[in-house]
Amino acid sequence: MSLPPAQAMFGQLLIGLINGSFYAMLSLGLAIIFGLLNIINFTHGAQYMLGAFCAWLLLNAFGIGYWPSLILAPILVGITGIVIERLFLRRIAGLDHLYGLLLTFGLALIIEGLFREQYGSSGQPYVIPPELQGVRNIGFMFLPYYRAWVIIASLGVCLATWFVIEKTRLGAYLRAATENPVLVQAFGINVPRLVTLTYGGGVALAALAGVLAAPIYQVRPQMGSDIIVVVFAVVVIGGMGSILGAIVSGFALGLIEGMTKVFYPEASNTVIFVIMALVLLIKPAGLFGRAA
Amino acid sequence: MNRRSVAAFGFSVLLAGAAHAQALPDTIKIGVLNDMSSLYADNGGPGSVVAAQMAVEDFGGTVLGKKIEIINADHQNKPDLGASIARQWFERDGVQMITDVPTSSVGLAVQEVARDTKKVVINVGSATSDLTGKACAPTGLHWLYNTVALANGTGAAVVKAGGDTWFFITADYAFGHALERDTTAVVEKNGGKVLGSVKVPLNNADFSSFLLQAQSSKAKIIGLANAGGDTQNSIKQAAEFGIVQGGQKLAGLLVFIADVHSLGLQTAQGLQLTESFYWDQDDQTRAWSKKFFDKFHKEPTMIHAGVYSAVTHYLESVKATGSVDGPTVVKDLKAKPVNDFVIRNGHFQDDGMLVHDMYLYEVKKPSESKGEWDLYKLIATIPGAEAYKRPNGNECPMVKG
Repeated sequence: MSLPPAQAMFGQLLIGLINGSFYAMLSLGLAIIFGLLNIINFTHGAQYMLGAFCAWLLLNAFGIGYWPSLILAPILVGITGIVIERLFLRRIAGLDHLYGLLLTFGLALIIEGLFREQYGSSGQPYVIPPELQGVRNIGFMFLPYYRAWVIIASLGVCLATWFVIEKTRLGAYLRAATENPVLVQAFGINVPRLVTLTYGGGVALAALAGVLAAPIYQVRPQMGSDIIVVVFAVVVIGGMGSILGAIVSGFALGLIEGMTKVFYPEASNTVIFVIMALVLLIKPAGLFGRAA
Repeated sequence: MNRRSVAAFGFSVLLAGAAHAQALPDTIKIGVLNDMSSLYADNGGPGSVVAAQMAVEDFGGTVLGKKIEIINADHQNKPDLGASIARQWFERDGVQMITDVPTSSVGLAVQEVARDTKKVVINVGSATSDLTGKACAPTGLHWLYNTVALANGTGAAVVKAGGDTWFFITADYAFGHALERDTTAVVEKNGGKVLGSVKVPLNNADFSSFLLQAQSSKAKIIGLANAGGDTQNSIKQAAEFGIVQGGQKLAGLLVFIADVHSLGLQTAQGLQLTESFYWDQDDQTRAWSKKFFDKFHKEPTMIHAGVYSAVTHYLESVKATGSVDGPTVVKDLKAKPVNDFVIRNGHFQDDGMLVHDMYLYEVKKPSESKGEWDLYKLIATIPGAEAYKRPNGNECPMVKG
């Protein structure tokens, strides 16, 4: 297997970075929800799919285009997340993690099944917005403008989220509430509302990733379950609950997967899980995680 | 045990055995086994079940005085799951015939179960020519199409039009390998050259890396040896990465009307493909397709039409032979020509392949289309003998010479 020319390598690295953007955004949402709420949110993939479908529905039923959908879809899907938290997750809050996992997994199956029943398994077309169409020949590859936008958007969102959580007062309240909810509530901060909004925020992140994905991947009911297992592996590698770990691992694993596609593509599906197994053996808390 | 009771025991066992062989079950069960929920579900899936039920209704609902029942299961594109469902159906649940079975790896596994149990499998959905090649089985029939026909159809047409260097993007399992192998043989026979290939896991969302490799190979033609959702993603993303702008062309080696409908004419226009059936081809196809559309609200793919045809002819052979015994029914099926709204000029080869006319279509431009499902124009009809001619001979032990 001969080494591809340096030019081709750069192209593959860039593509790896693009895929990594989706991994990073999705694992960020998961890490927030787990880190701050201790819920293993298996519905995350379905919420990513809901974001994409919401964008598609907004376009086809209401004529609302891509740019407004970037704001609207996460809000709408975030509201459904809040409903889920209020109705279901709050009731099992004190129980073992497994209950949350099973509940959210069941919800994911229901949501995906309903959409598949309605729309079939073939994808719905969603056109790239005209402002971002076209490719630019950057020498070593043709880079579609839209894919460049995906990297920029997700980097921006990830960094903004990290900043809010680690550097702002709101973020401080969130982190304190995870450590000691009773004490934080005693200070007058409405902890249950914080929890609800955080879950909604994590879900909105997933939905945003879905809107970003709609023009390039197919908008189909299975798109969530296709990606969610890989995203969980990313979160485990980064450290469950570590915000920075999720972002860094997401991009890094996208790059590694991209390289595997060049050198040994048959393994590209499994390489992330191999790394996950290795990390769990050597550092069970994850690369950036703190041992519980 | 004294000698008399042994004799009595032996005699009654013999009687029971003989009686069992002659008595028909109370219900004649036919199983539709396919992908109901994943990347191939729109090409077959629930539509195949509807088609099978239509066939039973049109046949009259009973055969030889027994009720006919259609059952269905999702094999999720997993060979072990498909094989275990087939075995349970054949051995425990009294199923006499299994049909559809897309996903070549599952098709091969289920055919082995049919070989073991001597029950009938009429494969409509799988593509691999190995089903009637090195894996051919006495009670296994291949009804609708195979990778050789696809290669002789689309592959030959593309090479003859000037596409003489190829790079394959191949689904990494039995189907992709068979399609790449058979198309490579056709390309080389017609004076072309294969510059390389990349194997991609099944049900892959992102083809950007593989398309980039295809671009750097500088091959004139990028052959897509995949199907369903994989083909749709490849074509969509090829448009995004300026593949055609860069001067290369795509050859979709297995494309269904459901795929074209999902991609839209803007993206798919000009694509050439080989199929056995198109709903709008002539009055016969239109008449049947209207009945299907009234039930399913989508135009039928060739798999849906093929399942209807296979179930109908199977029931006719059961009626003609008065039996559900696998080898007996298959012998009757293989002896008769097949001519209906989907299979034209069809006859069986010894290896179990139903050889019939295939069609080369081209996807219409948006300006040429007058309706949501008005998607194809017919370029050529390929007679069965030409379409199914194997470039490198047949390894099936049942074929003489």
